[in-house]
Formats: sequence, C-alpha cells, structure tokens
Amino acid sequence: MADQLLHLTGIYKSFAGVRALRGVDLSIESGRIHCLVGENGCGKSTLIKIIAGVYPRDAGEMFINGKEFADINPIDAIREGIQVIYQDFSLFPNLTVAENIALNEELAEGRRLVNWRQVRRVARDALAQIEVDIPLNARVEEMSVANKQLIAIAKALRLNAQLIIMDEPTSALTEREVRALFAVIHKLQERRDIAFLFVSHKLNEVLEISESIIVMRNGKIVSTGDHKEYDTTRLIFEMTGHDITEKSYAFTPDLSLPPLLKVENLSTTDLLRDINFELREGEIVGVTGLLGSGRTELALALYGTLSLSAGRISIDDKPVQIKSIQDAIANGIGYVPEDRLSEGLFLEQTISRNLVVRIIDRLRGAFGLTDPHQVSEQAHHWVKTLSIKTSDPELPVKTLSGGNQQRVVLAKWLASTPRVMILNGPTVGVDVGSKEELHEMMKQLASEGMGLLVISDDIPELLQTCNRILLMRHGRIIEEILPSETNENELSAKLIEE
Amino acid sequence: MKRLLRRNETLVAITIIGLSLIIGLNNPIFFSVGNLFTLLRSGIVTGIFAMAVLIVLISGGIDVSFTAIAVFALYATVKILKAYAPDASIWLGFCIASFIGLGLGLINAFFIAQFRLSTLIVTLGTLSMFHGFLLFAIGNQIIRDVPPALTAFARSSLMRIPLNRGSANLHPAILITLAAAVVVWLLLNYTMLGRGIYALGGAREAAERAGFNVVRIQYFIYGFVGLLSGIAGMTFGSLARQANPQDIVGMELNVIAAVVLGGAQLTGGRGTVLGALLGVILVVMANNSLILIGVPTVWQRVVIGIIILVGTGIPAIQERRAGKRIFGLADA
Repeated sequence: MADQLLHLTGIYKSFAGVRALRGVDLSIESGRIHCLVGENGCGKSTLIKIIAGVYPRDAGEMFINGKEFADINPIDAIREGIQVIYQDFSLFPNLTVAENIALNEELAEGRRLVNWRQVRRVARDALAQIEVDIPLNARVEEMSVANKQLIAIAKALRLNAQLIIMDEPTSALTEREVRALFAVIHKLQERRDIAFLFVSHKLNEVLEISESIIVMRNGKIVSTGDHKEYDTTRLIFEMTGHDITEKSYAFTPDLSLPPLLKVENLSTTDLLRDINFELREGEIVGVTGLLGSGRTELALALYGTLSLSAGRISIDDKPVQIKSIQDAIANGIGYVPEDRLSEGLFLEQTISRNLVVRIIDRLRGAFGLTDPHQVSEQAHHWVKTLSIKTSDPELPVKTLSGGNQQRVVLAKWLASTPRVMILNGPTVGVDVGSKEELHEMMKQLASEGMGLLVISDDIPELLQTCNRILLMRHGRIIEEILPSETNENELSAKLIEE
Repeated sequence: MKRLLRRNETLVAITIIGLSLIIGLNNPIFFSVGNLFTLLRSGIVTGIFAMAVLIVLISGGIDVSFTAIAVFALYATVKILKAYAPDASIWLGFCIASFIGLGLGLINAFFIAQFRLSTLIVTLGTLSMFHGFLLFAIGNQIIRDVPPALTAFARSSLMRIPLNRGSANLHPAILITLAAAVVVWLLLNYTMLGRGIYALGGAREAAERAGFNVVRIQYFIYGFVGLLSGIAGMTFGSLARQANPQDIVGMELNVIAAVVLGGAQLTGGRGTVLGALLGVILVVMANNSLILIGVPTVWQRVVIGIIILVGTGIPAIQERRAGKRIFGLADA
C-alpha cells in the first residue's frame, strides 16, 4: 500500500443539532487521484472543510503524513500541503494573473514591499510547471473559467501542495477544457507525486479520471475502492441507495399539426449562420456543441436578446417578430438560463416571490395591489407540484439546494404557461437524484404538449431526454442525430471533432 | 495601442486637451501663466482629498466624511494655535491638524472594521456627527485673525513670474499635493499593504483567505484618509487665511466625482493615482475656466454634471460591450 498522506477516523460533525458527518473514515494516498461523490447534502462539503481546517470537528482523529492533529486551522492545513480550490477559485478579478499566483507566497514570506520582477518570475515558473501559456499581465477577470482554474492550480503548486482538493472542478467547463484539465492533473501526478481529491457530480468524468472512488451518503462513507470496481450504475446505486434507470423519450410527431416553432435561415451578425429547424408540440429537441459553437447564442436569438441579421421565426406557421424578451414572452417562449444564480433567480428573495414573479400581474386584488392570498396559494401549488423541498416558501431561495433552485426557475416559467421552453444546461450543478426527477419533469411537460429545446453538453442527459439532437459547430447546425441511432461514445467524439 | 486607448486615463487626458483647446481658442487668457498658476492653486486641496478618496474607493468602500474631518481639523487647530502657540510655525499647525484628522479617521475605522458596517452609512453618520460637534462644541464663528504663520504661508510662493501688471505666483502648497500623490502611488504599487487594498476591493473573502489582515488594512485606510483630510483642511485654511466652520463640507461629491472620472470604480478594486489627478484637473478646469468662455456660473454645475455623466458613462458602456463579447464566448 502506498504512503498515506491523510488519514481520518471516526469524524463526527453536527450543525445546530443536525448531524452532517457521522463517523467518517477516510484515507488519501499520496500521488493518487481520488474522487469523492455523493448527492447534495450528503456531507461532502463539510468533510472538505474539516480537512481544510475551516470547521473544527466534533470528534475523530486526523493524521497528516503520519502526524496527528488535535485541531487544525486553515494555515496549518496549507503548511501541511493541503490546498482546496473552491468553486469561486479565491482569485482577485482586478489583479493580474502574475500577481494572483504570487500573492499568497509573498504574504507567507511576510514581505512588506512588492518585488514585481519576482512576482513575474514566480508566476512564470508556476505556469511552466503545468505547461500552460497564460498572459501574465492580463487581469484575471478577462480569463475564461478554465484559465481561472489553471491559475488557481498554479497558485496551489507554489505553496508546495501535496494534496489538491477541487470542488466541482468541471461543472463550468466545456468538454475540451475538461480534457485539458485532466491532462494537467495527470502531468502533476506523474512528475510531482501530488494527490488529488475531486468532488464531482459528473459520473462519467469521475470514472474516467479517478483511481480511487469514495462514495458518501447521509454523512457516512458507504463505499470506497478502486475505480475498476465501479460503473455508472453502481455509482448511482451507492449514491442514492436505490437503482435509477432512465428511459429515453419516445415521441411520434403528429404531422397534421403545423410545427410549433419553425426557424428558417436564421443568422446573426457575429456567429449564427443559416439555422433551420422545427420544433413540434410534445417534442424535446437537444442542441449541443462546443464552446463558441453558437448553442447559447441560438437560445438568446430565439429569446429576443440577440438581434437577427436574417431569417424568419414562425409559431404555428405564422411568422413572428422577436426583438425583445417581451416579444418572446408574448409569443409563448420561455427561457431558463444556464446561470440560474445570476440570471434566473432573485437569490435573496423568498421562494414564493420567485415563483410568482412572472405572473404577478395576474395576482392582483383590490386597488390593483398584489393579493397575498393568491400569491401564497400559487406558491404552495408549485412547491407541491414540483416537490420543492423546503420547510417554508417564505425562506430565501438561496437556502435551497441546486436541484431545488432549478425547480423554482422552472416553476416560475411554468406558472406563465409558455408553449416553447428553452432550457440552457438544465441540470448543471444538480445531483444525480434531482437530475432524474428534473428529466422526468421535462418529459412530463413535453407529453402535455409543450415543446422543449434543451441546450446541453451533458451527453447522457441528451440521450435520455431528447427525441432529436441538433449538433452545432461554428454557428451552424451541422447534423441532426437521433438518440436511438447513436451512443455516448459516438456522440462525444462528434462533439469534440473539428 | 488599443489598450492605451481603452484606458480611462487616456480618455480623461484627451478630454482635458479638448476642453483646453475649446476654452483657449476662444479666450487666449486661458493659456497664460497666470491662469495656469491659478488653476493649480485651485486644485491643491481637491488633489489632496482625491488621494484619500482614491484609496477608499480602491478598497471597495466610500468615505463622505473627509470634508467634515478636514474642517474640524482646521478649525480646532487654529483655535489651539491661537490659544497656546500664536507664534508657532506653520509646521506645528500641520502636525496638529494631521493628528486630529488621524483620530477622527480612526473613529470611522473603528465602526467599519470592528462591526463590518457599510462604509457609506458610517461615514454619512460621522460626516454629520463631526460637523455638528464642531459647530456645537468648538465654535461656529468664522476666525479671520488667524495666526501670522498662516498668513505668511498664504503669501509665500514657489515661483514668481513678473507680468505686465503684478506677477503670477505658484503656491508652495502644490508640493503637498504632489507629495501626497507620490506617497499614495508608492503605497499602492510597491507595498504589500497597497496590494492588500486592491485585493480587498477585488474580492474581500479571497483577501481574507489569502491571509491579509482585513481589519488592520481598514484601520490603516480610514486612519490615513483622516490624516490626509487633516492636512487638506489645514492647507485650505492657510490658503484662505481664515477658518470658517462652514467651509469645505459640501465638496465631498465633487472630489468623489473627480476620482471616479479618473477611472476608480465605486465597486472597488480599480483606480490609479494618475487617473485621479487627471480627474481633479478636469473638474478644476470645468469649475474655474468655463467662465472664460462666457459660460455663466450657474451653468457651470450643469456642465460639470454632463462631464461626469459622459466621462463615467463612456467607459461603463465600453466595458459592457467588452463584457458582452466575453459572455458570448465563455457561456456555452
């Protein structure tokens, strides 16, 4: 057995009487890639924060490199070579790449003055180690998510990381960026013997990159082992405690009706070229493609936020003008954005207010004021219909888990009964159990007559939910694929092909 | 080149040149040495204040109480000098004023750093509190017979150029502004404390995680702002040869506007000394020179408003356009 870098036994942790961790035993071996999987709320984040010294543990022992730590604070953890890269990367958007990489080191050395030459040298060395080329003088805010992540890794390396813990490292990356990240990780593992602990939802990636798999459920580690012992079905079983088998969506178009949405020769000035497709009532059509392929732009064009340079959009075979979001809504088109946190929800506001915001005009009572009874009635209706897990719809939306937040975004739109729903990355950052339920919900909506356009690069998701998939590249639709005639590997290959 | 053009400093500099040409071509007096020296003199106090405001804005905060600190420090210092050391040198005055300013600034720091209160709310509160306390407890009469050291300082000159009638004087207080600018520039760019101020304004939580002592940085910021304000207040009084408790307060928005024009952002993390100084020059020019081309005094405020709207609007729109491009690419 290889050296144990980190060893935990019997870790317990409660928050206000809620047991988050109940007796966790965990070993991390140096130079190995581990993956921690589990549904939302299973205790993964708590466990990471205990390892990083952010939360004190209630009970249990912790050894790092064979040395016992009675309590550990974040500085100790960093000194022992444990580095956590959180989802927000802890970078400074207004500072340059070089300074972001070198800043921690300068602080650790207790410097008072800045030596800019050394800052650049440190940053250059760090980026050279992971063999990536990022402009040192550019500001971090100008960087893509993938580059920000690489910068965060470079920063961790400068602090002599032995274990890099990454929280959902791939959730905001495209397929190709994920490949690049994995290549960097393999390189570091080989050359520097650095161990990794991934926390991830994406089961395919988990199986691909990790050597050891750790599955958590309800505050306990329920299964660990070599990656060869696991496949998707077993992982899902271990995570949820029951089997989930999703069936693909079967659909036979009623060709006697006009197409619900028809797009002809649609182009925009900068990216989209000559887009043609139809969406019928009850259909779920997937749109996929790489970064910059135009899949999001297509959604924005249909939703009235990108202006068209040519082409025609028809609803029920009647041409319509969609020049603004208001036009889109008036024509029965709804859009659930990918970034629900910034574009889809009012996070600080209550669940019920978020639910009724689209239909607030219809809930007026005396003097044209909003009627609180109608609002609460609507809110309860949707909480029940979409089984949103909350104790009280008057709590802020940010108290909900990712999957439940996504349901609120959906419900908000459903309340206004659109005929066409565009869903951009409907299950990004949502755990396996909720994902299945969201997929079922989408199928249910389609079978009731709504037309759904699902924009995603989650290939299993596309295969399970869509009855047709449109593949986009460089602003054009290059192929229409039927899920029954393809499989995951073939579709992934097509997606990244140039 | 494109980068240079996109920079805020370049835009402000171009505006300054444009405005100078418009004014100067219509009234050649604008380009005279006398007018130049007058403009510089008008910019002295605003320039010192601007350095203070710049630091606060970069840290992601805002301070509106600095004018009250300045007038408080000025008035109290003049009273102290008159009572205990009427013949002391001007330097003692500056020392006392900076000390008072520092103390008042630390009161701001205490509320902001210890209780994590909103900087706008705290300084709005202390603006009223400091000014009110000054009027109520220290004095509300204008002091015209200031100690002789102040009068002498007001009359001194760094450079005297004889003209046909009289002479043009460059006041040595301009050196105070320059010194403040150099100190703040070095502080922001070459000390870890300065980088900490940028880091704090960029991402507070990340700054804490990285190991910056945010509380200490905030104590420094608001203390330093107080100190600079004390100096600015004393400078103002020396130039005006009087201590009027109703002076200075009311200037705060003009100063903040000048700094924002120079590229500092209210959301924090961004701003440069050069930009802030250019912003001050633009605002001072608009305040003093529009009269030369016949813009009535009442209209000057309107023109300044327009400059602020356009000057901060163009960069914001540019940024949004740039942001849209990134959004279009990165999101997918």
